[in-house]
Amino acid sequence: MPEMTKQRPGMMRLVDALQYRLPLAGVVSILHRASGLMMFVLLPLIIWFFDVSLTSEITYERFTSAFESGIGFVPGVLVKVLVLGLMWAFLHHFIAGVRHLWMDATHSVSKEFGRQSAVVTLALSVVLTLVLGAKLFGL
Amino acid sequence: MSVDFGSRRVVVGAHYGLRDWLSQRVTATLMALYTALLLAQLLFGGPLGYDRWAGIFSAQWMKVFTFVILLSLGWHAWVGMRDIWMDYVKPAALRLVLQVFTIVWLIGCMGWAIQVLWRL
Repeated sequence: MPEMTKQRPGMMRLVDALQYRLPLAGVVSILHRASGLMMFVLLPLIIWFFDVSLTSEITYERFTSAFESGIGFVPGVLVKVLVLGLMWAFLHHFIAGVRHLWMDATHSVSKEFGRQSAVVTLALSVVLTLVLGAKLFGL
Repeated sequence: MSVDFGSRRVVVGAHYGLRDWLSQRVTATLMALYTALLLAQLLFGGPLGYDRWAGIFSAQWMKVFTFVILLSLGWHAWVGMRDIWMDYVKPAALRLVLQVFTIVWLIGCMGWAIQVLWRL
């Protein structure tokens, strides 16, 4: 073991890691983490929506008006942008997760499958976000 | 007998990784099924207003399922966030603080959501 430890090149720093071109499957992987982190951070906002939309008809009005008149000091446009971000995060995390489950279940671990399914994951999550986003922003 | 404690303790094996890997997939599958079920209820059944929205969650079986999903979400998010802290945060003290914060954050959120669900 000590001989092996000596040969190790030391800690890889972020600047070193950025020297490598990330394959598309790697892009999906890091975005899977980023989207999960994003939903974790914004979890109280999601539960606030759950709360006001369900508690009563009066609070339901607060839920629907949040997208126009905002929440407290947060303007309505920013609420829409946050929800758009959450939509993308959910869709990407969901599709990338199904991709993982599919790979585990069918042992689809070839390089081609990894690349192709990564393209599908990235494209599908962005397209669905744009479609739902257009509805959200009333385009 | 070989030394297996202190700096030589075994930190892999004994299904330590399998448990996290499997629970992450089981909770994910449950949440995916729940998403499909909720989506089906939203898309079919006429115009969506407060009554129909609240009606979906007031069915007892839906409350039970939603409760299970909230716990799944908390567990899933804990495993995922702990992975992130373990990979990127090296100082042990800071990592412990972040892990404790994650647990507090998640349990707080779960409690709030369960309260909303069960007073309906």
